[in-house]
Amino acid sequence: MDNSQNIIARSATTTAPPQVRSHVDEVAKLIDVSKCIGCKACQVACMEWNDLRDEVGECHGTYDNPTDLTPESWTVMRFSEYEDTNGGLEWLIRKDGCMHCAEPGCLEACPAPGAIVQYANGIVDFDSNHCIGCGYCITGCPFDIPRISPKDQKSYKCTLCSDRVNAGLEPACVKTCPTNCIEFGTKADMLARAEKRVGDLKELGFRDAGIYDPAGVGGTHVMYVLHHADDPNRYSGLPKDPRISPLVDAWKGATKPIMSAIIGITAFAGVIHYMTKGPKEEPEEQPDAHEETPPHALGYDATQRNERGHDAGDSAGERPRGDER
Amino acid sequence: MTNHWVDIRNANLILSMGGNSAEAHPVGFRWVTEAIEHNKAELITIDPRFTRTGAVAQDKAFIRTGTDIAFLGGLISYLIETDQIQREYVLNYTDAALIVRDDYGFEDGLFSGYDASTRSYDKRSWMYAMGDDGFVRRDESLQDPRCVYQLLRAHYSRYTPDMVSSITGIQVDNIQRIWKKIAATAVPDRTMTILYALGWTQHSIGSQIIRTAAMVQLLLGNMGMPGGGVNALRGHSNIQGLTDLGLLSQLLPGYMTLANATEQEYRAYIDKRVKQPTIEGQVSYWKNYENFHVSLMKSWFGNAATQQNDWCFDWLPKLERPLYDVLDTFDRMSRGELTGYFCQGFNPLASFPDRAKVTRALSSLKYLVVMDPLNTETSEFWKNYGEYNDVDPSQIDTEVFRLPTCCFAEDEGSIVNSARWLQWHWAAAPPPGDSRPDTAIMGELFLKLKQLYQQEGGVFPAPILNLTWDYKIPAEPSPQELAREYNGRALEDLVDADGNVTRRAGEQLAGFAELTADGKTAAGCWIFTGCWTEDGNMMARRDNADPYGTGNTLGWAWAWPMNRRILYNRASADLQGRPWGTNKAFIWWDGEQGAWVGADVPDFPTNSPPSQGQMPFIMQPEGVGHLFAGQSMVDGPFPEHYEPFESPVPQNLLHPGKEQARNNPAARIFDADREALGKPEDFPHAATTYRLTEHFHFWTKHAELNAIVQPQQFVEIGEALAEEIGVAAGDWVKVSSNRGSIRAVAVVTKRMRPMRIGDRQVHHVGIPLHWGFTGAARKGYLINALTPFVGDANTQTPEYKSFTVRVEKA
Ligand code: SF4
Ligand code: SF4
Ligand code: SF4
Repeated sequence: MDNSQNIIARSATTTAPPQVRSHVDEVAKLIDVSKCIGCKACQVACMEWNDLRDEVGECHGTYDNPTDLTPESWTVMRFSEYEDTNGGLEWLIRKDGCMHCAEPGCLEACPAPGAIVQYANGIVDFDSNHCIGCGYCITGCPFDIPRISPKDQKSYKCTLCSDRVNAGLEPACVKTCPTNCIEFGTKADMLARAEKRVGDLKELGFRDAGIYDPAGVGGTHVMYVLHHADDPNRYSGLPKDPRISPLVDAWKGATKPIMSAIIGITAFAGVIHYMTKGPKEEPEEQPDAHEETPPHALGYDATQRNERGHDAGDSAGERPRGDER
Repeated sequence: MTNHWVDIRNANLILSMGGNSAEAHPVGFRWVTEAIEHNKAELITIDPRFTRTGAVAQDKAFIRTGTDIAFLGGLISYLIETDQIQREYVLNYTDAALIVRDDYGFEDGLFSGYDASTRSYDKRSWMYAMGDDGFVRRDESLQDPRCVYQLLRAHYSRYTPDMVSSITGIQVDNIQRIWKKIAATAVPDRTMTILYALGWTQHSIGSQIIRTAAMVQLLLGNMGMPGGGVNALRGHSNIQGLTDLGLLSQLLPGYMTLANATEQEYRAYIDKRVKQPTIEGQVSYWKNYENFHVSLMKSWFGNAATQQNDWCFDWLPKLERPLYDVLDTFDRMSRGELTGYFCQGFNPLASFPDRAKVTRALSSLKYLVVMDPLNTETSEFWKNYGEYNDVDPSQIDTEVFRLPTCCFAEDEGSIVNSARWLQWHWAAAPPPGDSRPDTAIMGELFLKLKQLYQQEGGVFPAPILNLTWDYKIPAEPSPQELAREYNGRALEDLVDADGNVTRRAGEQLAGFAELTADGKTAAGCWIFTGCWTEDGNMMARRDNADPYGTGNTLGWAWAWPMNRRILYNRASADLQGRPWGTNKAFIWWDGEQGAWVGADVPDFPTNSPPSQGQMPFIMQPEGVGHLFAGQSMVDGPFPEHYEPFESPVPQNLLHPGKEQARNNPAARIFDADREALGKPEDFPHAATTYRLTEHFHFWTKHAELNAIVQPQQFVEIGEALAEEIGVAAGDWVKVSSNRGSIRAVAVVTKRMRPMRIGDRQVHHVGIPLHWGFTGAARKGYLINALTPFVGDANTQTPEYKSFTVRVEKA
């Protein structure tokens, strides 16, 4: 787990996050899909660094293996054969995994205090000790990334190698990629690099080349260079305009009245609830007090964060929501 | 590789053909992506399938397996007829102007000198015509109908775009578009690099495919140039080292050759191999053959090798059959002619064609010794694994010994990469269990044998008893000792013409120019001389300084020969010694210094000025690149397209009705194996085998992580074939050849499309090779149940890339 001073947002939490690291540069991983050869070295590196071993599965009639993200496979290569109307064929290979959204739906949806955190550098991390295995993060994620392990009922996903990054290293997948199609640096540098690559691709005739850094989730700390940025969907269903699911609001809305009424005793009650009914139930702490109670009343926004580039450092600012932008 | 990995980034065009470079060489492929981004290079791939390389290529074409000579031969004709050749280069640096003997000819698909009874050629007519001065005749105008250029032109005039299209299955417009792009590298400031791998090697015409590529590069002036060359991406980390050290039955270290049984006389053996220049004043470096040979004998036999006993020439084995290659060995083994077999770092049950025959062969041995870090299929060939190895152990008497070796990361030493770099590496971890370095096992074995010979005598003990074995720990020669031995040293003081001592006795040599034929030097592999000098271990150097920005890092490790990174680099400069293009400057003549200088060690006499007229191809007696391979190939001086031995097409469209010219008339095939070939009507699909990036041969299926990312055997078929046989992705299919069958999951893909070949539609079937019955991945079939026992005429490499099968729903 990262140094706690780095945390700028914490799921279902009523304590204000620290501000001392607000000057930290945001980081980003840039995946240049036009250079990826689908070698899966990144997949193997991820399993090695994070000490994960997925099962030896089966061939399902494609090159994809494992065929989907799992609690042990935090990144997978997705292969899609795209045929255009003229019979032209492209084999589009996309490294899938957590996008480290600036406005993470997982964190937003998570009812367990501190199970999901966001660091000042933009990394969204799961603190498994606090995870109750409810699976709301999956509902909240517009990219369908987290996976609950049947072994321990905890949710898992790519950490952007927060342990390595914190120690000044690049993520394991980046270090391993033989074609340099994954790069890592500050978000600003990666955007500049992506611009350059988009220019190259346009020169090669890909008129719709572009950067995938979707505004609907406030931008991401994992970005793609796509030859067909106009149609991300052809890269194994990368969403064109990802937004946090309205379901996240719906369940929060339903729980709001109860939660605000019993604010103050819920912490205790929640623990009892958890202990008697198990993890797939309501959380142990008021997850959503901020929804009902104005920020000024509580003195902070539960999932509030530094909106660098907007109102940096304004701790009282209401957190803009992706699906409201 | 004539060039090297990093140099790929200097290319303007990258032709990946006869290999799937991204798939099989993902790490080296970094330089391809560099070239594309930073040199604005174009990547073109030509393959039967749309591959992982194809996924990032800018242009591609799909070719029927085994028809690459048709495509490249047509390209040669196109380059000549449209005059898109690097003329100055071709005229001066190739044999285009040389005159060929009158009795050389080509008719009905056969070259002159064919003997059908031995399936071989008498090559006497495949020679240049000699003038009265004892040197080869030339025609500078390139007009003489008997000059190489005109013969080449005539030979490939048959390879019209339509003909090429009907053989290869590539549409004419695609062919012409790609030819045009390739032709654009004939100018001095643009180069094409060619990357190939076993997709060219493993054919009955494999060597000739590669030669065709080399001819194209000569015509375009791309040999010896940065970003050019013909580059074999070798399939094993140290397979280059294997060939360098002569671990093929007819070779001695450093590409010297063993005598055959008719060569019992030392002087005649040497004279045949010492190549004197056939054009006046040329270097012809093989004229030093005896220096290399005697130094090898001194290295092996020390004081026992003397001038009086012809440096122990009589102790060397003489080949009483043309070759003892693997096909020949397993053929004899299958007939019960061998007692025992040592199998070191090799998995023949999986790796040799026709698995049923290999099982028969191993079963007839008295003993089998397997030295390997892994539990190979070969070491368990006798064990029943159900459908995956359906044998009856009670019927197999072979005694199997397993001697576990350590793997490269547990051992120190050098590995020779594709680029001829000898890179020293250090042990990262101690070997597990009882495993030991191969050298320790061999050392102990040798000492035991020697002891037996000493105690009990035996037939012909001299070579064993006199073999140099002066290692500090005799049972465990160290990598350092062996490396120093390969490099060689002076046995006596060496003196120059003026009598000055140039090298003290006992000192390590700095290069093979120091080797002598009088017994004063020893070197275990002359091309490695320079790897461990008086300055120490050159292979351990790790300086990546690149002073000329060409990617040539002369201080990183050491490359043979003499640390030269691009072979024939003299050809990167014009006749006057100036770079062909400023952007391609590599080495050049510096008149003030009176020397060749630049980014590389000149592959040329350093002080030979351009005015002296020595030509770049110093290993050839003519000093020039050979468009006409008079003596080096056994199956023709010009490559010709022949069909694979198993082909979905019943005849060679270039020679309709000529049965002898359907397949390579000189390829290696035994009669019984010919019987086992399938017919197109029974086995209509063109099959090809290959590697996947997730695995390395039959090794990594033993590693859990690799098994996770590619767990189970599959075959790839196109959507059209899948529909024909009623199969969906993920269904099981049975793939059969006339020799056996396998079952596997079907990957159904848009990336393989049927091809129109002559009057028929041909489907390809792709068969990855990695699975077997041992390891961490799911069990699978050894795919050599399917492959034919046919070998290339020159290298005997099995034809794994082209055969025929039938696919049906399982
Ligand atoms: S390591 Fe790089 S090239 Fe290989 S699959 Fe991953 S992203 Fe693609
Ligand atoms: S991609 Fe999904 S899991 Fe990752 S940060 Fe965004 S919402 Fe959370
Ligand atoms: S950043 Fe780290 S955790 Fe995420 S996919 Fe790469 S290796 Fe795995």
